[in-house]
Amino acid sequence: MSQSISEHLFEYCLRLGDTSLVLGHRLSEWCGHGPLLEEDIALTNIALDHIGQATSLLHYAGQLEQKGRDEDNLAYFREVGEFRNALLSEQPNGDFACTMLRQFFIDAFNFHLYNLLKESQDATLSAIAIKSHKEITYHLRHSSEWVVRLGQGTEESKRRLESAFAELWMYTGELFEMTETDENLIQAGIAFSLNEVQTKWRQSVEDTFKRAGLALPNYQDWMASGSRKGIHTEYLGYLLAEMQVLARANPDAKW
Amino acid sequence: MNSTQGHLWEVFVQSKAGQPHKHVGSVHAADHEMALQNARDVYARRNEGVSLWVVRATNIIASAPTDADAFFEPANDKIYRHPTFYVVPEGVKHL
Repeated sequence: MSQSISEHLFEYCLRLGDTSLVLGHRLSEWCGHGPLLEEDIALTNIALDHIGQATSLLHYAGQLEQKGRDEDNLAYFREVGEFRNALLSEQPNGDFACTMLRQFFIDAFNFHLYNLLKESQDATLSAIAIKSHKEITYHLRHSSEWVVRLGQGTEESKRRLESAFAELWMYTGELFEMTETDENLIQAGIAFSLNEVQTKWRQSVEDTFKRAGLALPNYQDWMASGSRKGIHTEYLGYLLAEMQVLARANPDAKW
Repeated sequence: MNSTQGHLWEVFVQSKAGQPHKHVGSVHAADHEMALQNARDVYARRNEGVSLWVVRATNIIASAPTDADAFFEPANDKIYRHPTFYVVPEGVKHL
């Protein structure tokens, strides 16, 4: 039996919402550990934006699903295999260069995707995109300026940025994978082709990499895949264990 | 640059259009773009303003404590310099 539009949209909201949730959690791990006070505040500030976006998207996913699950329930009581976040978002923070490059890749992706989603035929998704895009515009400015500065900074900062690239690049291809869900939602005018997002994303990456003095990436490189089907890297389980433990130890607790 | 934290920048926030920018504190940053972003995250993330200025702390010329007598003391006994002896015309709000 083929899935209905609202089932596809549920899946789509999980994909976007889980990516925001997991990335927000990763950034929150920097709290108290930032390289300088101002950056510590910036990272946690951006983390909160991501958690806010995840709250809206997972809340909506719960409504679409009609099984009585709210955003907290979806965040805290699903298992690894049920998460749809991009593999890139769950990669460990590493050093500051690694965190910033991961952030830049996702910010640039979100910037172009959410810009299209503002025009979605689904009113709720469109409203979430309009609100989020303002936040994402700032995130992209912040992360791209850091990539430039790390690339143009010292020998050490450039070396760290280049090794971050070597770690992370293979997780970027998956961002643009389209499934049956995308096809159905595109047909309904709710979602948009990720090929279009990819073209713009590559342009953003190239512009920033040139400013940073980095070698341009090779788009023929092998890319990892799996999150569309709930197959994740080894890191997501540990992240969820930490994120979910309190809610699972004290179900129905309010704070 | 005199530390690993970057230069010191003074931050001014305008609470709404038409109001003056007011000094709120300082941030560290390597250059003006990062100073502006740091100021936004440290001082404007809770809806405090609509415009930001950052100025390198070294570009601010301050009066010295030793100038205090010559600069400010003479104003103490000149109450007639305050415009409090005038009747404020009706309808004037911003004086």
